[in-house]
Amino acid sequence: MTDNEAKLIDCFVQGLGIEAGLVTDDLTYNSVRQWDSVGHMALMTEIETVFDIMLDTEDIIGLSSVAKAKALLVKYGVAI
Amino acid sequence: MLKGKVVVITGASRGIGRAIAEQFAAVGADLHLCARSAGLAGLATALHEAHGVQVAAHVGDVQDTPFLKGVVGACRKSHGRIDVLVNNAGVIQQGLLGMIPMDQTRATFETNILAIVNLTQYAVRLMGPGASIINVASIAGVRGMEGTAAYSASKGAVISFTLAIAKELAGQGIRANVLAPGFIDTDMTRGLTAEWFRKRVESIGMGRIGQPEDVAKVALFLASDLSAYVTGQVIGVDGGMQA
Repeated sequence: MTDNEAKLIDCFVQGLGIEAGLVTDDLTYNSVRQWDSVGHMALMTEIETVFDIMLDTEDIIGLSSVAKAKALLVKYGVAI
Repeated sequence: MLKGKVVVITGASRGIGRAIAEQFAAVGADLHLCARSAGLAGLATALHEAHGVQVAAHVGDVQDTPFLKGVVGACRKSHGRIDVLVNNAGVIQQGLLGMIPMDQTRATFETNILAIVNLTQYAVRLMGPGASIINVASIAGVRGMEGTAAYSASKGAVISFTLAIAKELAGQGIRANVLAPGFIDTDMTRGLTAEWFRKRVESIGMGRIGQPEDVAKVALFLASDLSAYVTGQVIGVDGGMQA
């Protein structure tokens, strides 16, 4: 696991308030109670702060899984 | 009253936006000012020197998404948060029904409402409990005004948008309210025809045109903790035009 992958997992832990063990590529929006619309915005804030990026609104709408979060970070120039 | 608060104001170079910037700086707010005018930098310097607050000038167009992202990104870097967002930038379009050019109408909606939706979505990510969103609409958005159908409609949309997000954000402790100025002495209203100007002043119960400072004082109330339990409201500042 790269440093940035570890940071991303921690974003989910801090943003959603879930255990790190739950954060796998298969974790998707609304698949756990904590990843609702409110949790989603907290997660986005965490990702933007940790990686010092500003996500486009369309990207936030499309970020619906851990796997997609990794792909999105690559788009913003973050090596995963 | 706003010491240390981080405030974003659009349309800040003149009129109501400038008055709000001056009012907020005088009570200790750190400001991120936005406007198309290159003269904004001079205002930022003047407010910093007069009040000792941090003032950043962002020159650009609110229709430009990268510009808006840059403003919010600057707030993240400078303070890590936004406490107050004042969506004030707006344009007026005159024209009787049947004579309203669609390209101008689209531009009116782009500035008056779509830019507000766009900026608010970016800014709210940096807002937390106690934060306040102040959207500047108009009495025209409440009651309609002849000869400004497209403008009135765009301001009506500002009101509806604000009432909706007030409901969405209340649970997070973020407030959203509308300022609905009446006839205020700004460059925008000075551009109206003399006949319009006279009719508007005659419709004001208090018998005088409003000053930008009249609106700024109410904006200060909505930005401060004095209005901590006020959200989803449309506050008229019109000297009795709606009375």
